[in-house]
Amino acid sequence: MLKAIKARLQQGYRTTSYPDGPPPELPRHFAGLPVIDSSKCLPACRQCIPACPTQALDIDTRTRQVSLDTGRCLFCRECQRVCPAGAIQFSRDFRLASSSRERLVVTDSSPLPAVELDGAIVRLLGRSLKLRQVSAGGCNACEADTNVLGTVGWDLGRFGIQFVASPRHADGLLITGPVTENTRLALEKTYQAVPSPKIVIAVGACAISGGPYLDHPEAHNGAASLVPVDVYVPGCPPHPLTILHALLATIGRLPRGL
Amino acid sequence: MLHDQYVTVHNSQAFDCDESLLPDLERFRQAVLEAVAKGGRIAALSARPVNDGDSRIVAVVAFDAEGVLQVFSSPVAGEYPAIAADCPQAHWFERDLWEQRGIVPLGHPWLKPIRFSHACSRGEAADDPSPATCGVTDFFSMSGEEVHEVAVGPVHAGIIEPGHFRFQCQGESVYHLEISLGYQHRGIERAMLGGPAVRTIHYVETASGDTSIGHAMAYCRGVESLSGTHVSPRAQVIRGIALELERVANHVGDLGALAGDVGYLPTMSYCGRIRGDVLNMTAVLCGNRFGRGLVRPGGVAFDLDDEAVRQLTRRLKSAAKDTRVAVDLLWESPSVMARFDRTGALSPELCNEIGLVGPAARACGVPRDVRRDFPFGIFRFAQIPVSTWDSGDVFGRAYVRWLEIQRSLAFIQEQLDALPPGQILSPVGALAPNRFSVALTEGWRGEICHVLSTGPDGKFDWYKIFDPSFHNWFGLAMALRNQQISDFPLCNKSFNLSYCGHDL
Repeated sequence: MLKAIKARLQQGYRTTSYPDGPPPELPRHFAGLPVIDSSKCLPACRQCIPACPTQALDIDTRTRQVSLDTGRCLFCRECQRVCPAGAIQFSRDFRLASSSRERLVVTDSSPLPAVELDGAIVRLLGRSLKLRQVSAGGCNACEADTNVLGTVGWDLGRFGIQFVASPRHADGLLITGPVTENTRLALEKTYQAVPSPKIVIAVGACAISGGPYLDHPEAHNGAASLVPVDVYVPGCPPHPLTILHALLATIGRLPRGL
Repeated sequence: MLHDQYVTVHNSQAFDCDESLLPDLERFRQAVLEAVAKGGRIAALSARPVNDGDSRIVAVVAFDAEGVLQVFSSPVAGEYPAIAADCPQAHWFERDLWEQRGIVPLGHPWLKPIRFSHACSRGEAADDPSPATCGVTDFFSMSGEEVHEVAVGPVHAGIIEPGHFRFQCQGESVYHLEISLGYQHRGIERAMLGGPAVRTIHYVETASGDTSIGHAMAYCRGVESLSGTHVSPRAQVIRGIALELERVANHVGDLGALAGDVGYLPTMSYCGRIRGDVLNMTAVLCGNRFGRGLVRPGGVAFDLDDEAVRQLTRRLKSAAKDTRVAVDLLWESPSVMARFDRTGALSPELCNEIGLVGPAARACGVPRDVRRDFPFGIFRFAQIPVSTWDSGDVFGRAYVRWLEIQRSLAFIQEQLDALPPGQILSPVGALAPNRFSVALTEGWRGEICHVLSTGPDGKFDWYKIFDPSFHNWFGLAMALRNQQISDFPLCNKSFNLSYCGHDL
């Protein structure tokens, strides 16, 4: 018993003060929200297009405007590497989530992604959000970095957000994976079992667009083809901070300006 | 008269596709059974499509003590006498072979799909005329007084991957557990064909997301062997550091989760946090907590500078101390040890018979470790002692993890202290046509085996991935026999197998 108390003292207090304090330090090579400057593009250059593993990039033939769909992006930065002009850069901004699928597409002048849910649902769920997680294909990395929010480092429970075992106890689903055909039925049944009103949060490139499994016959190109999605959280996998930011934005718990 | 032929190779040593050809199936079957009887272990068994829709059955038998792989193959069509009938290790492989290639192993004791891979609503050209719904199949069943069946999954109570577990119980006691997977099946092996392509590296990095480094290393070593690429010592060291960080992060997380499953919250809380700290060390290497983007054919994509080495050294030191304090609590708490001891025990004989790998095998006292037996990359120059325990139970699997954490942390520090100079990424040429390679690495769950071959165009005409979970799921089923059903979560966590790595 004494040893356990001593160990407790040694381990110290480790919960991040975010969002009231600064976010935890992100690694130097972290890849966040892409920043695009199409004016730098060399004439007729399309090197980034075939370099992208998930067809996330496009160049408008008329305007020569480059667009990058963060809902498809694996954040591998291959486009940045092959670009001879530095037109695509990945910033350190971890705030990637959006309630609009269209706003995940980044261009020179696109507005920042933002989670804007109906006020009524925020009032209803803002102080207590119970989610049922459904892992629907994918690689278990999004699951791991969602799970980590439950550890003392992040302590998701302090915001009234909790992952529950039964869909009947849940206010919504957090879905990961491209939705394989083999998990489709389980996802549909789980969705139906959640009482209305309910929200759906799609975490990771797979759940948004199919990710690396885009257009595989074994999977469904993301959750939105089967259930209505309210919040999209890009990444492969998204950093826990990105997921936390998305959840806090969903329940309206972010201080103004964050 | 043809004479018996097979190929003896080392880890990721390329050879010609036709070198291993045996004249007929009976010779093939005998050769595999003899190799296993001589102490070999089946690392891979499957069928490779060749011209005109024909197939060749291929077996890779690993001799751990000798550090060599024997590769056997033979033409196969329609059906052949099952190897599993005489060699239980082959059981899961032959189900995979039958499901993927439609070749029937006659006399197989329990022939049914392992992935239900034909159940694709948008799929084309399903071989099986009657696609089965995932998990809807015959299960072993029992009848009698007080006998009951418990079905769990595919959607589980926590944030866990999908899988279906069917228990046959009498009262609280489990007679038999049958595990039915396939829910995570997303067609990775099929999509690897015709590669390497722009998505190939992402398939292997997401084959099992918590083992991105392990699978990416196996893939890269396969490609490097087929293209004759030399990887610089500096890149080898950085790969080794990343592989061991992956091991430490997952082992620490598992010890925390085991503590949680027996209701010992201090270690659960501390280890959950420390696991994140170790993942953040991997992010120091490449920006991604799972090491995505680091390992690339020819070396690594990110270099380590002095500042990163200093930062990692500082973080390693505090992680080592925090882990020791957190984990020592486990071994000193009678309430924890009472649950760990003699729960879910497997004997070394059973371990060998069903071909377990990784910490699950080492916890049975079987000293099996690819890093030592088939050394690759930096492990040819810097050895990590193999950690074993002899109890085969939950305690053994936990304690082996703890031993490995300490040894891996020491290894990482040694490597950081003596980082060789040089470049980190060598150019990779085209893959040689009609060549075959078997690449093994020791991921944190155990042996990762990638079997790859190229066609006349130098593109993959066959790619098989065997995650350690492929070998070990059956071990979990065996560990549950005669256990209380309430110990299932604990036993399950002590293996902590990958659903996606199995389903692919």
